[in-house]
Amino acid sequence: MLYGYFAILVYILIALGFAGFVILASHVVGQRKSTATKLSPYECGMPTIGPTLRRLPIRYYIIAMLFLVFDIEIVFIYPWAVIYRSFKGFGFFILGEMLVFVGILIIAYIYVWRKGALEWE
Amino acid sequence: MGITVPQINFSIIAPELIISAFALVVLLLGVFFPRTGKNDYLGYVSLVGIVVAFLYTFPIMGKSQYAFNNMIVADGFGVFFKVIFLIIAFLTVLISIGYARRVDIDFGEYYALIMFATLGMMLMAAGTSLITIFLGLETMSIAIYVLAGLMRGDRKSIESALKYFLLGAFATGFLLYGMALIYGSTGTIILEEIAAYIKSKPELLRSPMIIMGIALLTIGFGFKVATVPFHMWTPDVYEGAPTSITAFMATGVKAAGFAGFIRVFFSALGAFQPDWIAIMWLLAVATMTVGNVVAIAQTNIKRMLAYSSIAHAGYILVAFVAGNELGTASILFYLLVYAFMNIGAFTVVILLGKRGEENVLISDYAGIGFKYPLLGASMTIFMLSMAGIPPLGGFMGKFYIFSAAVKAEYYWLAVIGVLNSAISVYYYLRVTVFMYFREPEREITGLTFSPASVVAVIISVWGVLYMGIFPSDILALAQRSITGLL
Repeated sequence: MLYGYFAILVYILIALGFAGFVILASHVVGQRKSTATKLSPYECGMPTIGPTLRRLPIRYYIIAMLFLVFDIEIVFIYPWAVIYRSFKGFGFFILGEMLVFVGILIIAYIYVWRKGALEWE
Repeated sequence: MGITVPQINFSIIAPELIISAFALVVLLLGVFFPRTGKNDYLGYVSLVGIVVAFLYTFPIMGKSQYAFNNMIVADGFGVFFKVIFLIIAFLTVLISIGYARRVDIDFGEYYALIMFATLGMMLMAAGTSLITIFLGLETMSIAIYVLAGLMRGDRKSIESALKYFLLGAFATGFLLYGMALIYGSTGTIILEEIAAYIKSKPELLRSPMIIMGIALLTIGFGFKVATVPFHMWTPDVYEGAPTSITAFMATGVKAAGFAGFIRVFFSALGAFQPDWIAIMWLLAVATMTVGNVVAIAQTNIKRMLAYSSIAHAGYILVAFVAGNELGTASILFYLLVYAFMNIGAFTVVILLGKRGEENVLISDYAGIGFKYPLLGASMTIFMLSMAGIPPLGGFMGKFYIFSAAVKAEYYWLAVIGVLNSAISVYYYLRVTVFMYFREPEREITGLTFSPASVVAVIISVWGVLYMGIFPSDILALAQRSITGLL
């Protein structure tokens, strides 16, 4: 019953073995020259000024959330546009479907706008 | 390359379409005409939407029609559940009309979210593919997460929403993983095709992948219907959420969870019944016992009703284990009568509170029976019905469930169920004892009864009495509804 999974077990062992071997080999063979910059958590980028764990205004979250919502809706529109031509004879129907979809989005947009979520004071 | 448009049949999802349209309208009305403290009209608009959606369930009754490439079906089972959900939504909106204003949550969003949750529930009951059921579940759950935390100034409400969201998201992960494993081993998401594939390949019956998938699905659905040991969230969430939403969760979400549970397990995984029956048996016993025993120790009526709702999930699981025709029909019957008695009880809880003073301790109920005789009598009817005393609906529901278990020769399960029912009488009757035989420690005065909530109590009392005295009509309807499912 479980014979089919034996290959997967072998595969996992090989994967683990190989990963372990590579890390171990680079640890043994490689040479190390530590400098202060290299030992810092991020080798590149600006040195931070002041504490990094600061409170952010909640508006950032709202804007980010709204951006995500509308951005993902766009993802649905792309494939629709790409295959639109292959719907022979159903063009108006498919167009209507998308209009309904966009219509619901517009309702969401009006809601967000009237609610004042787009204001930054 | 030509793509054929899938066979689409909008009339089948007419109730869902109407509910969504009204939800959007209520949402927009709420932001365009916000009348702070006077938003009751939004509730009435929602009621109209629910009634119209209800009327559109009649054309799809009694037929078995598929739509959207077999993703959705309008069969007796789905339509029966749709009617249950619409009744629950109707009663919930009705009890919200005074209450939402009292706790300052009468926004348009409140009513719109109730309708979106109802939409999700209806999709769950009508879905015949794993994806549709999952989408329905998520539509429902996300709306409920928000509703639970709508009382933003109340710490308990926020705690309730956060706990429900985190645990619910986790449970959804289990459910989705289970669906993925089942899809992976059968190559299809349509429930009937899964069943057909398993039938054509008997060696799949011992496939660890499907059995793992079934276990994960059990966890996912078990969380939504609050079975032990996946019940930990229930008391805290039910206690903290606005009372009207607690009623909605205890009845609607549970019914929707069972709709998905039954649909997936009976139409797709029926061949595995010997495997999952053992788990369900244990779940049923644990759920009934823990729910009833812990409910005894509660002093807060919302927590007590939360544990009682866990216990009721256990009774329904007994019928699930029985798995015969009477068992499944009795689940439908029980969920309907449970909706009436539970929403009724929560309505009384709502009516006994006032702004800033919710009176949710059982000791607050002392003397209520004489001070507000009709309210006390209604609460007594709901409590006796939940305890299963004839001639009320709850008794008939339990009677059908236990006779289904006996018919399927699960004698021990039926015995444990009846014993549990006997335990439950103690804490249900305790409320009645407080109402009639205890002197109030402090006066509860200045209650204003919202007419809409009073109507909800009357409908609930009528439902409980009707289903208790004339149960055969509804049971016959339920039995007709499940033909073709088993």
